[in-house]
Amino acid sequence: MAQLNALAGGLFILTVLGIVGVRQVIGCLRLFIVQSVLLAASALILGIEHASIHLFVVAGITIGTKALVIPWLLYHVLSHEIHARREITQTLGIPTSLLIAAGLTMFAYFIVHPLLLVGSTPFVRINLPIGMAGLLIGGYAITVRREALPQLLGILTMENGAFMAGIAIAPDLPLISELAAAFDVLVIALVIGLLTRSIHKRVGTTLVGEMASLKEE
Amino acid sequence: MEFLIILLIPVIAAALSLRSDKKGNLAAGGTIIGTLATFLLAMHVAFGSQPGAPGRTVALGGWLSCDGLSALILLLVSFVGFTASLFSWGYIGRTISGDSLNRARRYYTRYNLFLVSMLAVPLLSQVALVWIAVELTTLLSVFLVGFENSPEALEAAWKYVVLTCLGAALALIGVLILYWGLRISGAENFTWPGLVLAAPKIPPVFLKIAFFFILLGFGTKAGLVPLHTWLPDAHSQAPSPVCALLSGVETTTALYVIIRLLPVLNGVPGRPVATWFITFGLISAGAAAFLLLQVKDYKRLFAFSTIEHMGIILVAAGLGSGAAHLGALSQILAHAVTKSFCFFAAGTALLVSGTRDISSVRGLIRISPLAGISLMIGGLAIAGAPPFAVFLSEFSIIKAGLGSEHYVITGLLTLFIAIAFCGIMYQINRMVFGRPSAGAEASPLPASVVVTLALAVIPVVVLGLFIPSPLHHILQSAALAFGS
Repeated sequence: MAQLNALAGGLFILTVLGIVGVRQVIGCLRLFIVQSVLLAASALILGIEHASIHLFVVAGITIGTKALVIPWLLYHVLSHEIHARREITQTLGIPTSLLIAAGLTMFAYFIVHPLLLVGSTPFVRINLPIGMAGLLIGGYAITVRREALPQLLGILTMENGAFMAGIAIAPDLPLISELAAAFDVLVIALVIGLLTRSIHKRVGTTLVGEMASLKEE
Repeated sequence: MEFLIILLIPVIAAALSLRSDKKGNLAAGGTIIGTLATFLLAMHVAFGSQPGAPGRTVALGGWLSCDGLSALILLLVSFVGFTASLFSWGYIGRTISGDSLNRARRYYTRYNLFLVSMLAVPLLSQVALVWIAVELTTLLSVFLVGFENSPEALEAAWKYVVLTCLGAALALIGVLILYWGLRISGAENFTWPGLVLAAPKIPPVFLKIAFFFILLGFGTKAGLVPLHTWLPDAHSQAPSPVCALLSGVETTTALYVIIRLLPVLNGVPGRPVATWFITFGLISAGAAAFLLLQVKDYKRLFAFSTIEHMGIILVAAGLGSGAAHLGALSQILAHAVTKSFCFFAAGTALLVSGTRDISSVRGLIRISPLAGISLMIGGLAIAGAPPFAVFLSEFSIIKAGLGSEHYVITGLLTLFIAIAFCGIMYQINRMVFGRPSAGAEASPLPASVVVTLALAVIPVVVLGLFIPSPLHHILQSAALAFGS
């Protein structure tokens, strides 16, 4: 079981790296779906291990919201953005970005190391550092990508990373929190999707990195 | 039961605002009556439980609860919620005149939902749910920030939502690590008092890492430097009544969550929390004081002053003596009432002059005496001149700092406050006095705007003279939450 979970974790971190490494929006979105499925798989494995119905529900919610509803929502709200056949504009080149992401992964291990010394099971040892890496790399993706939808996927990756760690370190969090968190992620996607659409309508571009009229001279 | 009603009233008002009626007064009127009822109920909750023990009132099977600190935040949110809704009536009516009534209805719906998320933060007991409530305060206010639908407003809304969601994700992992530590210690109760009880048994490294992430995450939302970059944009582009809510109380609700962790980390050796609070606080207050000097937009001026005040509160909370904690709480109180008044005054100035640009506004007091005098009072009050509320609270913080022999910290803080004072007063002076540009003529202000200004100025002045004893009692019982 631990090995299966390690496989899911390893693939998860690859999809996270893909979020900063892929050149097209549609690729990013597909990677996000795969990433959410892997998160659900890890929750399922942990659920079997702990014999916890609770984690099965988490896996179900994850598939439902992140692999089905959010992509569907984004396809409807922002279809022209998703199918745009161009490279995502970003501030740093992709090779540099990947190098930084690798550095962040190591930094994530460094952060969680003192925690692992105290409370560690085989599952926590896999999920916590990988989740932390997902969180940090998602944050990096937000700063380096200059377009609206990739930035949104950065935020969602951060949430996925936090939950990847969460299912291992807090498997018995009250279910209402999980439900509320799933609802919250949906609202994030909806709000940012709609905001992106109004920016596109009003400003004519979704290159949010270019918007810099508000500053002190 | 009152807690549930407090949360339900804005939801009902939001639903009412969706209904279409011919004149469009239902949304505005319903919101004003709803927020007034919420404010009265919050007063009842805050003052009604006295003079009993300053304990925790629990409701709804432990999901909602309220102690001194919660009561203070609840009172402030509902007060600013009421005055801002009254201001909205005239302000929104004026700014979108000619537009369809639908926009006004959408505004009030979002306004009420935003309000309910902010009211939920102090009332919820489960820490995980508090996190979600704070996240919802962002998500429900994004379209209020971008309400004017100009490219600048949308840019501000985008920066606001992306940066604060980034912060919220960081805070989420902090909350999860906190829960992990709680479970390791064998406790189950993931509430604020539960955490304080379990804290001695939680390994310190868990508390430290969790606190670091939560400070970083919610610090983004409270506008702490260097994560503040979204704040001046969002707080200047939103419609003025929304700015009053954002700047006056939304930042405070984020700070509330950080402050709640203070007693949890009191037992950690070396008191790292105090160091982080003071460092972040001084950096924020200092950077904001210097950034204040070069603003060109008067709403940004007040936004930077919010960052400065958040810094001051954090420093006071970090100083650690009982007097400093009381000072931090009076600063929270004074900031909320004064900053909301400042944004009402700025909104009035905007209605009169039609521009946010400081250098285009001259001689405001001759064009519209009411706007000029309000802006002057707001400027003086927020900069910390006597006899206004902020002066009293800043004075008590500095006194507490000197009393506990933190001379360097207190000296720096005083310096930053003085710089900010000069910055604010220089700009406000230029706007209020001087010769008005030719042809500037004021249209009469909406009655609700005048009434709001008159109402909102009362606590700014009264709290500068003395703090009424029931309120003082709340501040004292709130100070218990600091666990000094």
